[in-house]
Amino acid sequence: MKPARFDYVRAESIAHAVEALAGAGGDGKVLAGGQSLMPMMNFRLVKPSVLVDINRIPDLDRITQEAGVLRLGALVRHRMTAEDGLVARHIPVLHAAMKHVAHLTVRNRGTFCGSVCHADPAAEMPMMTLLLDGTIHIASPRGDRTMAARDFLVGSLSTALEPDEMVVAVDLAIPEDGTGWAFEEFSRRHGDYALAAIAVLMARADGRMRNVRIAMMGIADTALRFADVEAALEGREGTPAAFDEAAALLQAAIQPNSDLNASADYRRHLAGALARRALAEAWQRTGETTGGAA
Amino acid sequence: MQDQATITLTINGLTYTRAVDARLLLSDFLRHELGLTGTHVGCEHGVCGACTILMDGRSARSCLTLAIQADGATIETVEGLGRMSDLGRVQQAFREHHGLQCGFCTPGFLMTITDMLRHHPLETDDAIREALSGNICRCTGYQHIVDAVRELARERGPLT
Repeated sequence: MKPARFDYVRAESIAHAVEALAGAGGDGKVLAGGQSLMPMMNFRLVKPSVLVDINRIPDLDRITQEAGVLRLGALVRHRMTAEDGLVARHIPVLHAAMKHVAHLTVRNRGTFCGSVCHADPAAEMPMMTLLLDGTIHIASPRGDRTMAARDFLVGSLSTALEPDEMVVAVDLAIPEDGTGWAFEEFSRRHGDYALAAIAVLMARADGRMRNVRIAMMGIADTALRFADVEAALEGREGTPAAFDEAAALLQAAIQPNSDLNASADYRRHLAGALARRALAEAWQRTGETTGGAA
Repeated sequence: MQDQATITLTINGLTYTRAVDARLLLSDFLRHELGLTGTHVGCEHGVCGACTILMDGRSARSCLTLAIQADGATIETVEGLGRMSDLGRVQQAFREHHGLQCGFCTPGFLMTITDMLRHHPLETDDAIREALSGNICRCTGYQHIVDAVRELARERGPLT
């Protein structure tokens, strides 16, 4: 249980980091918090030839407010996201989700962007990035680019990131004022990976649901948004019947896996129960001021 | 680019300089290179918490940290908390409340709790249990550990 041999680069800058990745011949890895990568290296599931440590690059540990978004730099640790005032004020659904992320010591090190790059189908960060119409900022020696989260997250532990690229930040869209929200998760022990989780955003206009957004994880190879279910709720009144209908649509749309922790049937049941609860909760919260006013 | 380097770091107030392989884990560096065997190694993939140390004042899994990453860092291990003849306050509370049986997980708990007492409000038993949840003990059932932390948190008072 020791990592295989590798060359180590302590990157001084983003340019230095991506240059080292490009020089690694396709199997370089970025080390940020290391809370997923290091276990995989200890098990030798991952054997990078070059490990690029970005922990000393200045200014990546910032959460800033830009036009309509919060920007989380590549070294923003889970603890920082959980405690950040901008996140609590502008994206309360993320603030709520962070309470479910891992354990104290892991939160000290693990990073938001690292978790998005790791793309574990049962992790909160990729799901919240999808929910919040995230934009991934990517650097490489070939230049910078941005990509929508839905294009970035390809599958289980799989993203569209090229070997010479590094994620430098993730932008999360700040929901408009009055947006209702809910986050519901079920795991056997607090802080463990979830069996299933759902996050919902919705606005209310004339007593009807508007701009509904639904993301789930633990129910497929990757976290997912459900455009069809979102569209089916658009313009409907927030009634238990509408929520039941949406839950049934969700259950029909997902193809969860069976594993040691839960059967596919159980996960499908959970998805429905969590969906009904989250939709009702988000509806209840619509109209509350969620951002911008303070 | 290198697969070896010379690192200098501060551990429990003492400065060490050593040549290390890039792939050497901090847990193995502490135990094998420095003889600081108080830090225990359980699962080696970040699940059990036995190897928890403090790096620059915050708890970290030493099995998920490379020694080379700790170059320039300030590390605290269980050896820095007290001695057999002069237990630190957290150790004393564990002794008084029977917060350990076999003791394998104890160094990790003591370091996590040191972080908790410095940085976390710990106002309820639920909050204490949540903060402890990344450390696994197979002996105690946790109740006596929670008792110890509750007393320590009460002694400390609210965070300022």
